[in-house]
Amino acid sequence: MGSPVPAGEGTPVGRASSTSPGLKAPTRRGTELVMLAFAATLVTGALILVEANQEQELTMQIVYLGLAYLTLFALAHLAVRRWAPYADPAMLPCVALLNGLGLVMIHRLDLAVDDDKATRQVMWTAIALVLFVVALRFLPDHRTLAKYGYTFGLVGLVALVLPGVLPGFIAPPINGAKIWLNFGVFSIQPGEFAKILLMVFFAAFLVSKRDLFTVAGRQILGLDVPRARDLGPLLAAWAVSVSIMVLQRDLGSSLLFFGIVLVLLYVSTERAAWVVLGLVMFAGGAVVAWRLFTHVQTRVSNWIDPFATAQEDGYQIVQSLFGLGTGGIFGAGLGAGRPEIVPEASTDFITAAIGEELGFVGLAALLLIYLIFAMRGLRSALAVRDTFGKLLGGGLAFAVAFQVFIVVGGVTKLIPMTGITAPFLSYGGSSLLANYILVALLLRISAAARTPKTAPKPKVQQPAIADQHTVMVERPK
Amino acid sequence: MQLTRAGFLVLLWLFVLAALRVVRSDLYAASGLRVAATGFRKNANKTGRGSKAPRQLVVTHGALTGTRISLDGRPIMIGRADDSTLVLDDDFASTRHARLSMRGTDWYVEDLGSTNGTYLDRDKVTAPLRVPLGVPIRIGKTVIELRS
Repeated sequence: MGSPVPAGEGTPVGRASSTSPGLKAPTRRGTELVMLAFAATLVTGALILVEANQEQELTMQIVYLGLAYLTLFALAHLAVRRWAPYADPAMLPCVALLNGLGLVMIHRLDLAVDDDKATRQVMWTAIALVLFVVALRFLPDHRTLAKYGYTFGLVGLVALVLPGVLPGFIAPPINGAKIWLNFGVFSIQPGEFAKILLMVFFAAFLVSKRDLFTVAGRQILGLDVPRARDLGPLLAAWAVSVSIMVLQRDLGSSLLFFGIVLVLLYVSTERAAWVVLGLVMFAGGAVVAWRLFTHVQTRVSNWIDPFATAQEDGYQIVQSLFGLGTGGIFGAGLGAGRPEIVPEASTDFITAAIGEELGFVGLAALLLIYLIFAMRGLRSALAVRDTFGKLLGGGLAFAVAFQVFIVVGGVTKLIPMTGITAPFLSYGGSSLLANYILVALLLRISAAARTPKTAPKPKVQQPAIADQHTVMVERPK
Repeated sequence: MQLTRAGFLVLLWLFVLAALRVVRSDLYAASGLRVAATGFRKNANKTGRGSKAPRQLVVTHGALTGTRISLDGRPIMIGRADDSTLVLDDDFASTRHARLSMRGTDWYVEDLGSTNGTYLDRDKVTAPLRVPLGVPIRIGKTVIELRS
């Protein structure tokens, strides 16, 4: 068919899906509010259980705390109602429950080790929700982000590598990982924000350059293998992710970052070859890093046999396994276990703490809530009409799911422990702020996907087409 | 103590189930799937019994793979324009690329002066051509076909 020429006009604009006219799509904001109230009840209940089991005084204050928590999320709910009325109703309650249970767990660990992380985390939650509202308010259309793709990419890259290259007094290594920027009063983890910025960049980049990755290539062993010269972006992503592993000693972020790039490439090109190639490259890089660097070796030996060094390097993972074992199927009960024995119980190992107190049944419920969240994100990505939204939504939802996999996999000794936070659950301001922005973006995309097309196009000349009654029987898989 | 422990877990799972319920009912609400599906089934029963009239248009290749549009006799516009029946997000498709329309009992495809052309099977569409069932129509990177 000759050589195809791209036909006219820049990137095509998406539009809201309106498949059957006359069918008024409900906004389902009421459902969201009811679910939020349910989440608040659960969190209050959890708090009461903790206080009772820790033999604290039970006062009316707990109820007030629960109400304050509900108010906080009701405000977020009102913002959604106002600025993204058709957003997905299941996401915000899921996040609210995870965040609330995280708060209760952090408070519970505070009681055990006499700390005050919970208050700070509540403060971070409030700030994060403000940020969430601001993001919803000032981003009426996610497609505007695509215009700033390259800027976001540059900022994200700088933020990602900054702690690795800055001197120790601004970027002190904490527990071996050089991922923090210290500003005296508070410290932030720029990598968490870089994750989102880079995803925006990659989505925008792939939308505009997608043809580059799909057009050329040849078949080898049933796989469409891309040309060597098109490997540039993948190589760049690989280099960045390996340099994080080496410079900042942050295995988790490195894996997360590379996984996101691979998935976005796969989603945009539908070519499994990218994933295979990427995984081979990452495995190669990881093996070399394992040979060269002691901190990687420690992680791997802790993974293969933590009990060999149960009192030294393997202590954390061994205690986490003991905790999960103590919890068993139904858990020790909230406030009745001893999760504080695991070092870093409130950040990287919070899933171990929850597994100990709520057991397999409770932890499985929590993982399902994460799954529902990610599933809703992916579904919004499927339903939204513009390619940028699809890629960004898919990437964001995948990022959350993958992060949970890395954390829980590490805690349960399925993969080497890498030390990243569980989204919404763990103690940590940066992680919370970044993840709430992520939620705002996903809600924005889901709103775009679900908003029915209201006023018909003012095109009188073609009534037959404008009034076209078509019914979409099945969506793309 | 044991009671509260179990009670909390039950509540937690009730939340999961409630969320799943929201998701389930929402699945249909968001895409109009339930309405469309029942309507389609009714149609099928009425006109069914092995008749070979095309009843839906299916996208078999390209970004929209899997999309189905049920045919009700009205013409189908295909292109990148927002008001097309099938909105293609494809750099190789024109704004108003092709039209499928029904004459008598047959469907015909015609090219609306697109840059890269429309192909019925291997033939370039220059004048309206009759579209048999299951024969691929190629538009840019998208391939569609009619099915009964």
